[in-house]
Parts: sequence; structure tokens; C-alpha cells
Amino acid sequence: MSEPAVEVHNLAKSFRKSSGAARSGGAGARPAARGLFRRKPRAAPVKVLDVPSLDVRPGEIFGVLGPNGSGKSTLIRIISTLLLPDEGQVRVFGRDVVREPLAVQRMLNRVSADAAFFRKLSAMENLIHTARLYGLAQREGAARAREILSRLDLSREKMDAEMHELSRGMQQKVALARAFLTSPILMLLDEPTTGLDLKSKREVQTFILEIRRDHGATVLLTTHDMVEAEALCDRIAVIDEGRIRACGSAAELKIAAREKVAAPSGAEPTLEAAFLALTGRTMEDAEQEKENPA
Amino acid sequence: MIAAVVKAKATYAFAERQFLLTKRYWAWEAVYLLYSLSMTLSIGFLGAGMQQLTGQQIDSGKIIVYLLTGSLLWGYLSALFWDVSNIISWERWEGTIEYTFMAPVARWTHIVGVCSFSIVYGMLRTAVLLALVTVFFHLDMSRANLPVAFAVLLTASFSFVGLGTVVAVLPLLSPEKGAQMTGIVEGVLLLVSGVYYDISVLPGWMQWISKLSPATYTLKGMRGALLEGKSLSNSLDTLIPLAVMGVVLIPLGLAVFGQGERYCKRTGRLKRSG
Repeated sequence: MSEPAVEVHNLAKSFRKSSGAARSGGAGARPAARGLFRRKPRAAPVKVLDVPSLDVRPGEIFGVLGPNGSGKSTLIRIISTLLLPDEGQVRVFGRDVVREPLAVQRMLNRVSADAAFFRKLSAMENLIHTARLYGLAQREGAARAREILSRLDLSREKMDAEMHELSRGMQQKVALARAFLTSPILMLLDEPTTGLDLKSKREVQTFILEIRRDHGATVLLTTHDMVEAEALCDRIAVIDEGRIRACGSAAELKIAAREKVAAPSGAEPTLEAAFLALTGRTMEDAEQEKENPA
Repeated sequence: MIAAVVKAKATYAFAERQFLLTKRYWAWEAVYLLYSLSMTLSIGFLGAGMQQLTGQQIDSGKIIVYLLTGSLLWGYLSALFWDVSNIISWERWEGTIEYTFMAPVARWTHIVGVCSFSIVYGMLRTAVLLALVTVFFHLDMSRANLPVAFAVLLTASFSFVGLGTVVAVLPLLSPEKGAQMTGIVEGVLLLVSGVYYDISVLPGWMQWISKLSPATYTLKGMRGALLEGKSLSNSLDTLIPLAVMGVVLIPLGLAVFGQGERYCKRTGRLKRSG
């Protein structure tokens, strides 16, 4: 059996977050001196990720489905060596993300919801810069960048325009090209279609499927879009409050949901219903709770 | 061999990116050059007015060059520290910091790439300023040994890059105030190094600190070359301490930056924008 693309064991991550109670001096907050020199109470650590075990198989599109603030991006950041875990171990094709960061970095690339670039540089200049960082020659990098951008329907004129002149959808296509340019065997896609119009969203989703079909790359996709998760992913992990509640194909999750809660009038449960059954709340409720904690 | 080529490509990528950004923001660069020129000229006028101020016969040309050396070094150091601290602050502003930090590039390669452009660009800017003020004040530079003055500045740059890398950790730890703090470090460094005066006028304890500052040796070496036309062999008393400081400060800078980066990766501060 081949080595897992991503292997997670007993992963935990906490952050110190200032709570509303501490800010308002409510219950639990330490009495503080009044006035200009009031000492800010030290916030208690909050566990944002707690994953005992998770495996992503090579070549699969693995979805991590959860509301905003559920720990999806934290997981992606740990895998991409941008965040150090407090406990546990994460391996990418057998390489430890903490002990062998350079080896891990060579194997992966990432696209996030905010397509960040040097705005005054053109798409091509940004991509050639990335190509060089990953050891490609300027000519090779430029040729590959043009090829990928053409595949993503970006005109030559747009390729040479400064990034701030491009629409959000176009910027996201350049972000995908930047990640794909370096031929990663693991693509980390952190809500890559968030905020895109329907056309751009479809184009990005088609490209993700192409990456897997033509290049056999493993894709780890985080999303809070149920339809997207169901359409793209071979397996989905449902994550809520930093914990994986269930993992399986969309069909398996629906079956698990049916066993927990009967669908109304015996209808086939949706992924939305599965999320509700597995977490005890809808995606909207979870996001609202995160935005307005009690 | 292949690893060295990959590293060289990455180093060049950072230098090229700095060049492209400088080119794209050329109008701001022109404004900054104008600002540096006005600062340098005002310091030059201080020297020019010294005769009226004291009522004594003074070699004002010598005083102007003496003061200008301090002003030019201040401008050079500001630009270098600014670029080094921008390793973090600019990338945070653009939002690219995570992409740069997850690229398979050692931090050493990253910093060397950014700094190599800064050193070349900073030296060119200093040369332009020196040429402009020489013409403006009709300075007699016939005795000056310009190549040695720039050799001293180049040697000093390694120590400044080391110090700058230590200072670059400030914007990493504090996105809101870290970049401004680099200016404070630069000001204190020049204060103890005799930026516009001989260090003998400083209190004893400050003179002791000045011995540890690379700027002290830089000013001494540059003034020796510009005012007395000192040769390379006669400038070894400043070049050797500068080279030694570079050898010590660059690894120190990388070690401190590495600790700062690790702290940010542990606490999730890499992404935070100020």
C-alpha cells in the first residue's frame, strides 16, 4: 500500500484569544486597575484544532468541510509549514512538517481565498518570481506560466497587466497558476472559490479536476460550500470546532446522517442534512455562533 | 552543485523582485531621493554657515565634507534598514508573506537576495547624492579617494545587513510598531558613532559603546578616504574591524530572525496585518 499523501496523528493547536468577558471585565476576568495603565488580562488558550487521526490518500481530492472558524485554515497552515503544532505529528508523503520543512515545501503549494500578489507587478512577473523560488529557470518558468494562464483563459494582455488591474476571478486564476506552476504533488486549496462569481467558480472547479486527472496531484480542499464539496471531493471530512466529526465519501456521510436522523418524508438526505446530523447544527448556525459568541 | 544553482536562482529572484518593485514605484523613489538631497543639503549648509556662526576663519569645505559623510551614511543606513525591515512589513501589506515563507527557500537566501539589491541600489543613490552636493557646494574633492570610501561603505554593509536582520525581527513581532522601531535603532547607532562629530566629544560610557558600532568605523574610514585621500592599505584599521563585525553580525542576525520566525509560527502571528 502506498504512503499517505498527508498523515495526521494526535494534532492539537491552541491560540490565546482575548475573550469578550476579559475585554468587558465580566465574569472570569481579573479585576484590573482603572485608567490608562490598566493591564490587559492574559487570555486563556483556546484549542482550535484537535485531530487524533487523519489520512489523505495519494491522488485523491480530499475535502475538509466546515464553517468559518472551524479550524480548516489552521490545518492547512500546519501542513504548509506556516504554523507549528503544539502537539502531534503531520507528515506529507512521509516527511515531517516540523523537522523537514524544506522537503515538505518542495512537494506542495497552496491557494487561499485571498489571492495575494505583489499588486504593482504583472501576473507574469509574479509567476516568474515564484518559478525562480522553486528552482525553475526564467525561460522555463515563463513558458509554463503562459501555458497555464492560457489554459485558464487569461488573455496575453491580462497576463502582462499589473495584478491590481485584474478582476477578483482573474486574480484567483493567477493564484491557481502560481500554485500549479511549481508542479506540486500536494495542492492545498483553502476555500479557493470563496467570493467568486458563478462563471469563475466553475472555471476554477474544472481546473481542480483537471489537475488531478492530468497530473495525478493530491488535492486537499477546504470549503464551506456543500455543493462544491460533493461535486469535487472523493472523500470529505466534516470539521466543527476544530474536531473532525466524520470522514467518508459524500454518499457515506449521507448514510451516516440517515442513521442518525430520519430525512423528512423519507427523502434522500442532502450533505447539508448530513452536516446537521453530524454536528447538531446547520452550517449557517455554526458560522453565526462564531461571529456572535454568546 | 544543483543545490547551489537553485539557491543562486532564488537569491536572484528576490533581488530582481526588489528591482521591479523599485522600478514600478519610481515616482516614490524620486521623492525619496529629493528628500534625502534636501536633508543632505541642509546639513551641508550647517557647515557652510559655521564661519558666520563662530566668527573664525574655518576651512568650511572640510567641515561640509565631514558633515556630509555623516548625512550620506545616515541616508544609506536608513534605506538599507528600511529594505531589510520591509522583508516582513511589505510582504504583510501585500499579503504575500505566507507564500514567501512556504517557498522552499532558506531564510539566509531570502535575506541575501533582498539585501544584495539594497546594497547596490543604496550605494548608487549615495554616489548620486555625493555628486549632487559636490557640485552644489563647489567642493574640492581632488584629494578624495572615492573608491576607498565606497570600499569602506561596502565592507560596512555586511555588518549593517547583520544588524538590519536583527532589527527586521521587530516588524515580525509587532506589525503595528515594529517598522518604526527600526528607525530608532538606526538613530541610536549613529548617535554613538559620531555621525556629525568626533566621538571624543561623547561621554566616556558612550565612547565605550561606540567601539562596538560598525558605523563608528565606517564614518572614520569614509572621512579618512574623502578628506585625507587615505589608500586601501591605510584604511585597514577600519576595514578589518568592519569585516570582523560582518562575520559576527550576519550569523547573529540570522539566528535572531530564526527565533523570531519560529515564535511567529508558534503563535500564528505570521499572517496578522498591522
